[in-house]
Amino acid sequence: MNQSLWISKTGLDAQQTRMTVVSNNLANVNTTGFKQGRAVFESLMYANVRQPGGQSSQDTVLPTGLTLGTGVRVVSTEKSFTQGAPNPTGNSLDVMINGRGFFQVQKPDGELAYTRVGSFQLNDQGELVTAGGYRIDPTITIPAGADSITIGKDGIVSVRIAGQAQPAQVGSLQVVDFINPAGLQPVGENLYIETVASGTPTPGTPGLDGLGSTDQGFLEGSNVNVVTELVNMIETQRAYEMNSKAISTSDQMMQYVNNNLGR
Amino acid sequence: MDEMIYVAMSGARQTEVAQAINSNNLANVSTSGFRADLHAFSNIPIDGPGVDSRINAVLDRYGTDMTAGPIRATGRDLDVAIQGEGFIAVQAPDGSEAYTRAGDLRVEAGGLLATGAGHLVFGDGGPVAIPPNVSLEIGADGTISVQPVGQQAAALSVIDRIKLVNPPAEDLVKGEDGLLRLRGEGDVAPADASVTIVSGSLEGSNVNVAKTLVNMIELARQYEMQVNVIKTSEENADAAAQMMRVS
Repeated sequence: MNQSLWISKTGLDAQQTRMTVVSNNLANVNTTGFKQGRAVFESLMYANVRQPGGQSSQDTVLPTGLTLGTGVRVVSTEKSFTQGAPNPTGNSLDVMINGRGFFQVQKPDGELAYTRVGSFQLNDQGELVTAGGYRIDPTITIPAGADSITIGKDGIVSVRIAGQAQPAQVGSLQVVDFINPAGLQPVGENLYIETVASGTPTPGTPGLDGLGSTDQGFLEGSNVNVVTELVNMIETQRAYEMNSKAISTSDQMMQYVNNNLGR
Repeated sequence: MDEMIYVAMSGARQTEVAQAINSNNLANVSTSGFRADLHAFSNIPIDGPGVDSRINAVLDRYGTDMTAGPIRATGRDLDVAIQGEGFIAVQAPDGSEAYTRAGDLRVEAGGLLATGAGHLVFGDGGPVAIPPNVSLEIGADGTISVQPVGQQAAALSVIDRIKLVNPPAEDLVKGEDGLLRLRGEGDVAPADASVTIVSGSLEGSNVNVAKTLVNMIELARQYEMQVNVIKTSEENADAAAQMMRVS
């Protein structure tokens, strides 16, 4: 059957996937700590019809061959871990990582996950949890009767208990880093999990060894650039249209044969 | 049967293949660093007694359009675009050295630098390894400098240099994996210091959309003409049969 029909179909598929990525970025323009995704395209393998450099006769060599491309595919959707804009909230349990790093949280199944979102809450035991209710790891418990909570730039959490002059240190927030954050697998709920590509997590103290500092009273906004995404959307739509035009042209070619040579 | 119908058929078949090449270009309109494929027909005469009897069309001359694609700013540290001529040397799946214009680099598992399609990028001696770092900078000549984790910003250290090459365009052919290679088996292009790259930018596909669409229309019409010739030859055969019929 006509190859160009299938080649154009791969183009439509790829642009469709890109549109999904763009829509997801736009949908998450207000999601705290969201990181923009990008569809990476790769040309599919080439079918070798005639080998370049093959012998065309005893003494001559074909100067060029004939290799037919078979289309395109989306090879990965990678996240761009640039810093989002800081949004001041004034809430003492809102913490933003200013720089590299992730908070480590424990999922209900006991596995560790990583997040950039520091909008913490307290659960019924006074433990620091994410908005989804997952405990941060290592666990930090705020004692009952705490008057005010202070989280330092180095992650140290201290509370002032009513009636006591000295603030008490109750734990410290740990930040972990990965050699290749783009290799982390997003699993929804603003969480990422470790993969072979991301490398193993290296825990550290916020603000040291190149890790970002923890800023209390701020949340990190989404790093989606709306204008870029809208331009991407236009480009995707037009490329989609062109590929569908190629399909209809291939269709017309075959239709012409059917109409004129059919009996 | 008249040979005319086979000549027209060879033309129609080759036009179909050319349309496939054209559709492939269109499908890759958003592939970063993609180089459009060119097609051309050539004639294969079939020797007859005395003079050539017929001439068939064969899709033959195949090349790659080496004009530069549009460069757009992305702001990502690991995106590099080559300014003007030149290529990035990468490791093909079979281990040999191949060349690409796609500069959407990323760090693979184990800290090796790879392109978006997953081909390892070559440095001065083999694939480039990136140590854990706070910030990474790629210079105009491909020099990669990083601020290692736990060091001051002043302690920026040069770790490697991306191998940039600039072999003559006519020596390059596209392989089955879409990467460009030197024509000779196992040939390797020397590093060229005059190739410059811009980091934080990405080169798009060099497919010219208007040209490709016009080409598509032209090929479709050409195909219809070939089909018409087939039809005419059929009608001729019909007329001849009619004439010869003994009523």
